[in-house]
Amino acid sequence: MTDLISPSSQLKGRKSAETRFQWYGRGAIFVSLLFLVVMVGSILTKGVGAFGTTNVAIEVDLGPDAIDPANPADARFEKIVKDALKTQFPEAKKRKDRRMIYGLLSNDMGFELERFVEANPEAIGGTATVWFRASDDFDAVAKGAVDRSLPEDERRMSDKEIAWIDQLTEQGAVERTFNWSFFTNGDSREPELAGILSALMGSALTLLVCFCISFPVAILAAIYLEEFAPKNRFSDLIEVNINNLAAVPSIVFGLLGLSMFLNTFGMPRSSPLVGGLVLSLMTLPTIIIAARASLRAVPPSIREAALGMGASPVQATFHHVAPLALPGILTGTIVGMAQALGETAPLLMIGMVAFIVDVPDSILEPATALPVQIFLWADAPERAFVEKTSAAIIVLLLFLVTMNIIAILLRRKFEKRF
Amino acid sequence: MMFTKTLCVTALALATAAAPSFARDQITIVGSSTVFPFSTTVAERFGKSTDFKTPVVESTGSGGGLKLFCSGVGTGHPDITNASRRIKESEVALCASNGVTDIVEAKIGYDGIVLANSKKSAQMDISLGDLFMALAKDVPAGEGETKPNPYTMWNEINPDLPAVKIEVLGPPPTSGTRDAFIELAMEGGCKTVDWIKAMKKTDKNAYKTLCHTIREDGKYVEAGENDNLIVQKLNANPNAFGIFGYSFLEQNSDSVQGSMINGVEADFDLIAEGEYPVSRSLYFYVKKAHIGVVPGIEEFLSEFTSEDAWGEEGYLADKGLIPLTDEEREEGAKSIMGLMNLSM
Repeated sequence: MTDLISPSSQLKGRKSAETRFQWYGRGAIFVSLLFLVVMVGSILTKGVGAFGTTNVAIEVDLGPDAIDPANPADARFEKIVKDALKTQFPEAKKRKDRRMIYGLLSNDMGFELERFVEANPEAIGGTATVWFRASDDFDAVAKGAVDRSLPEDERRMSDKEIAWIDQLTEQGAVERTFNWSFFTNGDSREPELAGILSALMGSALTLLVCFCISFPVAILAAIYLEEFAPKNRFSDLIEVNINNLAAVPSIVFGLLGLSMFLNTFGMPRSSPLVGGLVLSLMTLPTIIIAARASLRAVPPSIREAALGMGASPVQATFHHVAPLALPGILTGTIVGMAQALGETAPLLMIGMVAFIVDVPDSILEPATALPVQIFLWADAPERAFVEKTSAAIIVLLLFLVTMNIIAILLRRKFEKRF
Repeated sequence: MMFTKTLCVTALALATAAAPSFARDQITIVGSSTVFPFSTTVAERFGKSTDFKTPVVESTGSGGGLKLFCSGVGTGHPDITNASRRIKESEVALCASNGVTDIVEAKIGYDGIVLANSKKSAQMDISLGDLFMALAKDVPAGEGETKPNPYTMWNEINPDLPAVKIEVLGPPPTSGTRDAFIELAMEGGCKTVDWIKAMKKTDKNAYKTLCHTIREDGKYVEAGENDNLIVQKLNANPNAFGIFGYSFLEQNSDSVQGSMINGVEADFDLIAEGEYPVSRSLYFYVKKAHIGVVPGIEEFLSEFTSEDAWGEEGYLADKGLIPLTDEEREEGAKSIMGLMNLSM
């Protein structure tokens, strides 16, 4: 009992342990930040190319031989563009060379010309300079993604093709623009035409259904269980089951959806309705658990004061307890929805892992979701889909950030402090 | 709360407005992931050039697709299924037991399976027999005897092969590419041993086990269904070989090269001519009962069988599909457009 005041070696040890621990903590944060920076950095550097596109101006002959002015819709637009390319590059005489010059433009060229003629009927009868979307390989050259110093057989574009591209560039017939169609098109087999809109709409519709079902149901379930349910074995059993459900792998919910919603109720396959239902089954337990925790965190004095002033239990809950718990409930909901947004496994079973071009505008039309789109593009053979994949990831992350910001704003609005 | 209510009421209104019938007005296609790129290309073209909606194409694998396809008649079930192999007797029976009796078969082209490595290393020329020796779980050791695969280096099998470790990245057992590789390459190499070939008649099970089992000691690495991933890994490891479809070789011809098999290069023309030994046919199957119920099926078939699509210079050839011969195409188009029933 002598050394209570004078500093002992033990105290020194405790102090250095504290410093050490703080450094461990900083180290852990640094490592996770490093991973984040590397991941986001690599996605950004890979994906940024997908937001630009290359256009080529080609002079096409829309004379009476090519288009019948009385009946322009019957013209063979693809052939007109191919003829224009042949005129532009008269040296390409062999079949193989011709295929190469056709390959400079996107496969969509015929449809592009058709749209041009529809928009500019006055051009029929003469020649017109039309901007066409360049093919993915052309785009790669224009972007500088093709290493010209490599020997010819080790790159995707031959010397001839590169010479043609250079020739077009010198004529000022090549321009790089922002790739708006990435945000306005649905999926496509051609990387230069593929867009994210159908997947984005699909994700939004699916999440809408998921939110509309899981949010009210989860809140009602949580409030009843927390505030009104008698504490007995039956309610214990329900609680254990909810906790277990939150840990069930998502593919199980997909199988349930397949057998229940598709096979029993005959709902349309691949639709956001079914996707949203399946995902809401998955997110329900997460939201219920979060909601119960935040209801429990409301100080009992609030409840007791309300009851003491003569409020009925329902009034006490809905006027006083629930509003105070709302910020916590919203956080739980956002976590659940974010999980649902990134889910592909359950969607596989109900047919949402699909090639869908048309943009869905109701919850009954076939749709796909953002993570599915990423998966499909990552699996596509065309090289240019690599950057599309990263670009889709960027869009997914932005979607997630937007959701989180909305949650934070709502939480700010509802938050009350004591 | 108001916000939630409005959102949900709108959604429900949208749902109920169209709810009375879940009828479908676009074609649904399921099936093989190998045929998926071709099927989607035609679907996209079809959607753009006609007034019909773009068909929905799901990639479920050949087996999974046929299972869905055979599960019944009615708009809740798919109209077309793609397959990277021919439909099996058992699947025809399953179809029939669910009322799917009239099926139209369409053979659309060929696909080569390649063994490729990075361009940083030399190209390999290997016979099917040697390939079997390198990848089988058990290899023949004298007449009627087998032993666990002892080979760790390519040149232990055949001194002409390179002196590098055997390391092959390939698809997992769920993949149709793996099925086809086993059937064409492994069994093809296995059969080159006389006593094994004779065994096919006497003891079919033992023959199958020997010829169809890939080694599991880490020399064959299951690299997942994503062929792009295999290509990336080959770039990182010049000593490794990968097994994948020809279209991925074509797209990555700047970084990987196909090995010669039995002295034949994995080349578009050689696969089309049937010279290249590891190639298979691709199919799709159409449910006849849905023609006239789901709009556009016949028009879709005529788009698929047009020369612009599956012809020698069609847009599917650009995507890596190896076209049928002229006669095959002519006859195929006749039987498909004539909606002839499948005969096994």
